[in-house]
Amino acid sequence: MSEALTQPVTALGGARFDGLISVREMPAQGMISLRGDLALPPVKNAATGVAGFDMPARRAAQCAGQRGLLWMAPDEVLVLCPYDEVPAAVASMEKLLFKFHSLVTDVSDARAMFELRGGGLRDVLAKLTPADMSATALPPGELRRSRLAQVPAAFWLESEARAQVICYRSVARYVFDLLKSAARPGSAVGFH
Amino acid sequence: MSTRLATGGRLIDRSKQQSFTFNGKRLTGHAGDTLASALLANDQVLVGRSFKYHRPRGIVASGAEEPNALMGLGEGHRFEPNQRATTTELFDGLTARSQNHWPSLETDIGSLNAALSSLLPAGFYYKTFMQPRAFWKHVYEPFIRKSAGLGQAPDAEARDPDTYEHFHAHVDTLVVGGGIAGLEAAKRAGETGARVLLVEQTAHWGGRAPVDGGEIEGHSTEAYVAMLLADLEVMENVTLRSRCMAAGVYDHGYALAYERLTDHAPRAKGPRHRLWRIRAGRIVTATGAIERPLPFAGNDLPGVMLASAVRDYVVNWAVSPGDRTVVVTNNDDAYRTALSLRKAGLAVPAILDARVLPKDSPLMAEARKMGIRILQGHAIDHVQGTRRVRGVAICSHAGEGGAVIEEIACEAVAMSGGWSPVVHLWSHCGGKLVWDQTRVMFRPDPDRPPTGDRGQPMVHAVGAANGALTLQEVLDDAARLEPGPKTRAAPQAGPQEEAPLAPVWMMPQGASIRHRMKAWLDYQNDVKVSDVQLAAREGFESVEHAKRYTTLGMATDQGKLSNINGLATLSGALGAEIPQVGTTTFRPPYTPISMGAIAGPARAETFQPVRETPIHGWLNANGAEWEPVGQWRRPYCIKRPGESTHEAVMREVTNTRQNLGLLDASTLGKIVVKGPDAGRFLDMLYTNMMSTLKPGRCRYGLMCNENGFLIDDGVVARIDDETFLCHTTTGGAEAIHAHMEDWLQCEWWDWLVYTANVTEQYGQIAVVGPKARKVLEAIGGMDVSAETLPFMGWTEGELGGIPVRLYRISFSGELSFEIAVKAGYARQLWDLLLTVGRQFDVMPYGTEALHILRAEKGFIMIGDETDGTVIPQDLGLDWAISKKKADYLGKRAQERPDMVREDRWKLVGLETLDGSVLPDGAYAVEEGENANGQRNVQGRVTSAYHSPTLGRGIAMGLVRHGPERIGEVIRFARTDGTTMIEARIVDPVFYDKDGEKQNV
Repeated sequence: MSEALTQPVTALGGARFDGLISVREMPAQGMISLRGDLALPPVKNAATGVAGFDMPARRAAQCAGQRGLLWMAPDEVLVLCPYDEVPAAVASMEKLLFKFHSLVTDVSDARAMFELRGGGLRDVLAKLTPADMSATALPPGELRRSRLAQVPAAFWLESEARAQVICYRSVARYVFDLLKSAARPGSAVGFH
Repeated sequence: MSTRLATGGRLIDRSKQQSFTFNGKRLTGHAGDTLASALLANDQVLVGRSFKYHRPRGIVASGAEEPNALMGLGEGHRFEPNQRATTTELFDGLTARSQNHWPSLETDIGSLNAALSSLLPAGFYYKTFMQPRAFWKHVYEPFIRKSAGLGQAPDAEARDPDTYEHFHAHVDTLVVGGGIAGLEAAKRAGETGARVLLVEQTAHWGGRAPVDGGEIEGHSTEAYVAMLLADLEVMENVTLRSRCMAAGVYDHGYALAYERLTDHAPRAKGPRHRLWRIRAGRIVTATGAIERPLPFAGNDLPGVMLASAVRDYVVNWAVSPGDRTVVVTNNDDAYRTALSLRKAGLAVPAILDARVLPKDSPLMAEARKMGIRILQGHAIDHVQGTRRVRGVAICSHAGEGGAVIEEIACEAVAMSGGWSPVVHLWSHCGGKLVWDQTRVMFRPDPDRPPTGDRGQPMVHAVGAANGALTLQEVLDDAARLEPGPKTRAAPQAGPQEEAPLAPVWMMPQGASIRHRMKAWLDYQNDVKVSDVQLAAREGFESVEHAKRYTTLGMATDQGKLSNINGLATLSGALGAEIPQVGTTTFRPPYTPISMGAIAGPARAETFQPVRETPIHGWLNANGAEWEPVGQWRRPYCIKRPGESTHEAVMREVTNTRQNLGLLDASTLGKIVVKGPDAGRFLDMLYTNMMSTLKPGRCRYGLMCNENGFLIDDGVVARIDDETFLCHTTTGGAEAIHAHMEDWLQCEWWDWLVYTANVTEQYGQIAVVGPKARKVLEAIGGMDVSAETLPFMGWTEGELGGIPVRLYRISFSGELSFEIAVKAGYARQLWDLLLTVGRQFDVMPYGTEALHILRAEKGFIMIGDETDGTVIPQDLGLDWAISKKKADYLGKRAQERPDMVREDRWKLVGLETLDGSVLPDGAYAVEEGENANGQRNVQGRVTSAYHSPTLGRGIAMGLVRHGPERIGEVIRFARTDGTTMIEARIVDPVFYDKDGEKQNV
């Protein structure tokens, strides 16, 4: 039966939509929540070792490909790595942090992740989030934990033409439908 | 008659004809027309009926303040009532119909009310519908409901096909109003490098300036507006939005603006309206001013219009309100209307000026030069005509009316009672007003502005909105916005000298009651000068009370034209000064905004987030009857073709008891609690002891709030020394996680505990029934024997190659395993269980079967047996309350006298004598009545079901002294209050009391 394990099923099976911008549900992504004293060297090492990135500054998102580090809170980072590596990564982090008060949690399956591509994605997100989407308030590489309409979401811009959105898995359909309607042709705002 | 002039019209494009219908009649207008200008161009002077007396009503204004020309627009799914013709841009194919009349606009039965108007004074409803009391329900209420409301409500089955959206904008400065003041303010703010958003409610920039004329820096106002616009358009930090009305100002620089994107072009793609949700560092209101009508007898006849509106129709849309227009005024500005009319070749038989000036003002002199007859110290005694103006009878303004000096034939009357700054946005969030005695207006008090988070002024009013009356005042006002050495000097306007206006609150000033009863203040709600005076006499001295008693300013226009005249009338009647009477409260929105814009994306599939488990898709495809549980959807049952809901539930319960059931339990809350103090923390959170739990074991626990009431329950599994996994109820996951963080962050911040809500990381599948172990063994991969995995134990491993955590817990009383699996593999495991389970007669079951299974076992359900007033002791759960612990949340509260009262209602089982199912929530009645005349009660049903296992109705309930009364028969009332059902009090555990089934 182990062949059943080849692929985890994402919430929407890779749904996509092309409008003002393109919206795509990303394949399964490894995500490990790490809570602890972020100034402690073992905590830093646990995070950076798996992600392959330096510790992010406050509110920063440092990512490339499937790896990265997202600053979530003063005592929390989200470690991104390939989905298949998560069990080993969690084990190695826990081993490193054995003596230190911390919490390492695999949350890969608890989330859905969307990729937004195209110019004007700031305007599309600004239809749904109360966060300031201007380039000064949210430069590329900065993570914003906010909401999209009625649900919590986190997002960051990698460039002016590419952003990523993370939300809870159970509301993936809702968030996808929201993004679809916000990116409907004919609804460009031209503000940002 | 009103008609289109042969030339002119700065906003219309005569090369483009547009056809539309009004009450089914086909009419034509031009591109650039508003519905109002197009109606007037077609001599459609009568456009509606007033609310109370069904008086004929014509267009009074040319903008957002219009009280009369309200239309039902569109048809079918797009029908919308109460749309102002003055702010509706004409498009080809527009359909409009007038409101509040039957059978037709021209012949309206309701106008009989007008004949009875002396019987329908202010407060009529309050006085009339009080007695006799019995009439209310069957006579008065149906009558009032039938006559309530101006427009027709859209059909209940209509579904708006348009789309709407929100947009969040963060700016340094929001400028409201695109007239000279707003454009200047935006340009100055833009020059500082600030992020600026300028919104204008109409489709055009410049406000009144292009019509009112004048010069700025040697350019015409129209040319100057174009220059300002050109400057702003190249500024990258400035965003300009026309057709975008600032609707409200709220705390902390929050403002709402309502953008109408396709109302003027309904065939265009994209959303119809967009609601801008703006956070602004500061808000500049350059919202202009609204002209006041003059109260004189017959001032509501179609053809009586605001002087500024007459000017607008002539200049902007080349519409003549009639060949002859009499101007009546108390100020110089209305002379501009007379001049515009004359320049358009129309006759102005007279200007009636209530003032007597020592010498002619420049505007007056100009009018005289054009040969217009000016009658100073004169007033309108009454307007002649029934459905439209035929002429005016004039008298001395100083008199009492009735002494008519002369009658002048005319088709229109242009009136001006002075100007009131639009102070709505300034006032929405607490800005105060001052009464300006010289300008005769309430204007923003610069010393008492609405304030922001640091006490700083949050709103700045400029231009006419701030009381400025001349171009130069407007320009100077805008220049004051950005003080500092680098500030550009204010541009210079050409000379504009005006004589001061004289306040006129009734015309003639000593008008008799006969005149006052015909002098309208509020056109839409039919409030006259006499009504406000009556209210004052009857003791409604507060302006807020007088407003509600008379309905002044309560119509859809919210008194934009009537408020100042009304409160001046009130102050006159009370013998008080106007500022002592004050204004009523200005509340958002400035003008009504669409419900669609408010809802934004919250409609249809995105009305509300619907949470889906990883198994949702299978359930949906296989007959799930959904029920909402929090924002989740859970299957009530999974129906087979041809089955009723009840049959499906009974089948699911029976099969689970006899064979094998599967439940999607993914929605259960799962919270990881970890740290050196985790055990201590959980000992405080749960009523029982969790710190003694051994890794590998599970324990059921209860959680109370600090008032002692039960808030959640669930199974806690100890993962390792420092780590616990707490299961919560489906609805409790987020709240309990927040509850934990609240205590950790605010009270026990020094305890070393981290929590994480991992509810959605796992799918959870309950495998339940006598054959549960067999199916797991058949799949293989884990030892699930009773020896290795005893009841209330958990283990980890792989089932069929899928990594899982297996809990041997039971909420059904059967042999039961709950399998936690990563959400991404939950569906695969579910499919595997269904395939392999076929040989064991597997059937998925829903929440109702889950409820019956637990009720048969006497297990409580949070939200059924608890309602926020129930403590664990009420439910016989004393065994789950630790006596050893020094403290836990709720412990102290549970020792209060009311909690230890011996006659608290306590949990029992209930069996009807006839085997029927008790109504859920039914009360157990006692003899006698309480102090309120209600039947005495002694208990109530908390859960009731038909048990297929026992073949009868079973119930749980809370009954006074219940557990001591086992065997007693008590009576429960049906909802009619008289039919009774007898039920016997029994032990709440109906099935397998010794727990042999689950422990195999």
